[in-house]
Amino acid sequence: MGHLIPSSVAPYVLPVVYAVVIVAVLPLLAGYIVLLERKVMADMQARLGPMRVGPHGLLQPIADAVKLLLKEDIIPANADKLMFWMAPLVSVTMALLAYSALPIGPAFQIADLNVGLLFILAISSLGIYGIVFGGWASNSHYSLLGALRSAAQLVSYETAAGLGLVSALLLAGSLSMKEIVQAQYDQGTWFIFSVPVGFFIYMVGSIAETNRAPFDLPEAESELVAGYMTEYSGFRWSLYFLAEYANMIIVAGIATTLFLGGWLRPFARWHDHFPGTSLEFFDVIPSLVFLGAAAYCFYLAPRQPVQIQKIVMAAFGGLCLILAGAMAATLFASPAVMAGVHGAFWFMAKVIAYLYAFLWFRFTFPRYRFDQLMRLGWRFLIPLALVNVIDVGVAIILRQELGWSPFWAMLLMTLVTLGVAMWLASEGSKPATTLQPADTEI
Amino acid sequence: MILNQILFCFFAALAIGSAILMVTRRNIVHGAVFLISTLLATAGIFLQLQAEFLFVVQIILYVGGIMVLFVFVIMLVNLDVALRQIQFNRQKYVAAVLALVLAAQVFFALWVARARLNLANPADRMPARNTEAIADAIFQRYMLPFEIASVLLLVAMIGAVVMAKRRV
Amino acid sequence: MIPTEAYLLLSLALFTIGVVGVLTRRNVIIVLMSIELILNAVNINLVAFSRYFGSVDGQVFAIFIITDAAAEAAVGLGIILAFFRNRETVLADEMDMLKW
Repeated sequence: MGHLIPSSVAPYVLPVVYAVVIVAVLPLLAGYIVLLERKVMADMQARLGPMRVGPHGLLQPIADAVKLLLKEDIIPANADKLMFWMAPLVSVTMALLAYSALPIGPAFQIADLNVGLLFILAISSLGIYGIVFGGWASNSHYSLLGALRSAAQLVSYETAAGLGLVSALLLAGSLSMKEIVQAQYDQGTWFIFSVPVGFFIYMVGSIAETNRAPFDLPEAESELVAGYMTEYSGFRWSLYFLAEYANMIIVAGIATTLFLGGWLRPFARWHDHFPGTSLEFFDVIPSLVFLGAAAYCFYLAPRQPVQIQKIVMAAFGGLCLILAGAMAATLFASPAVMAGVHGAFWFMAKVIAYLYAFLWFRFTFPRYRFDQLMRLGWRFLIPLALVNVIDVGVAIILRQELGWSPFWAMLLMTLVTLGVAMWLASEGSKPATTLQPADTEI
Repeated sequence: MILNQILFCFFAALAIGSAILMVTRRNIVHGAVFLISTLLATAGIFLQLQAEFLFVVQIILYVGGIMVLFVFVIMLVNLDVALRQIQFNRQKYVAAVLALVLAAQVFFALWVARARLNLANPADRMPARNTEAIADAIFQRYMLPFEIASVLLLVAMIGAVVMAKRRV
Repeated sequence: MIPTEAYLLLSLALFTIGVVGVLTRRNVIIVLMSIELILNAVNINLVAFSRYFGSVDGQVFAIFIITDAAAEAAVGLGIILAFFRNRETVLADEMDMLKW
């Protein structure tokens, strides 16, 4: 195969294949994350969620997609047609473009930029324009207000999230995503254990970045109708929706790479083998997980009420068995293949765990009012993020210059940061001072 | 090599075309969109010149910060009547002549000095790790301008808040 | 390899367009945007020469220019907002009286 591809084109073939795979798979994946969200929401609210379309609602995303594609395309009167058309495209393009620097495993990365992390942040900050121009082009007050509010929220929390990432970058020493994961392997810990406050800041910032609850005022149904998405229907709305869920996966991917060890398995440096083989204990976990899922599916299958649901459940169990077999088979293949497949498994597992936390927060916390949101961003998170960066720097100096052990240095500095956080939180709960008229004569 | 030239032609054409469109649009929001397009093309040029950190800084700061500020203000001072007014003032012909003179001057300077400048041979290699090299430069050689820039940003922040505040 | 002159000519073209924009448009917001265009053209020039000499000094200076442009845009837009609240206009021709 190698001699069929001219050498000038060869470096571009694999990235193009990866890009095509991502663009093809992502809408389906986003649709199924929506289904997962509805099922989790239902579970937390003691009900069942979508059950009708397809067994256990598994075909719901497809039905939704067909409905959205067939809906009438309504453009408001006096709307700016060019920008109305362009705004969802900008959102989706930026959401998909960010995947080009995201490593899904050691082998699955379209481009390993040496400023990869900043590139993803930059592209995420460009997604604001999709919202702002969408709200503007709709020629409607609700849309414009929702868009401006959403953009202000995004800009505020982008700073805080970026500073949260900087605290992990100080430990990693490079902006390239591969080198960040490699640094976590070299230092033997995931960065979430070294800078937990940084992880917390990034998590809160990323929830606000993606307009998810409890920061979803701009697009909540009971608030400004639907904010900037009010006047969009059918396929244009589905583009915004796809952009939002793609953004969620991106921020989960960044958090995984920076804080949760990327594609490293837990205890990546612990190489105890099963006696007599070269298998390591933790390497069999992927196949065991899929075997467990398959067993659960086969256990549930005879207990389904309807015949078709039995068949689908059994088929799902069969699929899990195949994946378990694949995971086990790669254990005996070449190290590169095994690293690629198992790395992808661990990465996706961590991303799904992070997304589950997003879904969990949505149905647990009440929504923040917009002024509360701004106050939280500017008066709590950004000062805390700055203090955190300084403290991580001090911890690194303690470790390098004074020879403290990493654990005690990080622990001391984390406690200092938490003290500052509690002080900031107590400041925030005091009522804001009221200005006298004389105070504003400048 | 050929991809390099195609990309340069693409970014240059996009930059110049968007710039011309920006200064001629009647609708200010469209003008802002075209300025965003120019800035993105400039970021592409930076990436071609192997300035990766400046490429992301341009996108984060210029396109994702300054232009968002512009777009906010444009949406807040939106005047529908502005779309029906004259866009260009009385000095447009003088300005065009002036611009041509300026362009001719620089062009002439480049032409005269082309032999001595020896611009056809750029240096072989940039420093390998771009971000680290810029960090070394900023925090060692250019520490004073860095501190002055931070004071400037503080002053600008205070100034912008004061100017845009409503009288309570 | 793209010759450095190509980047310099691109920078010159953007600079000229920015100058025309500053001198001829009545709407001060577009004048401010043209100023940003001029600063950008200068940035391209600096980075082209940074590549030519193989050092990052030009890029560092370009970063300072971007910082400066941000500060200037913020203050300039604040001024425009304050003026708009007082006089209801954003046209440069009509901003000619200090006090009523």
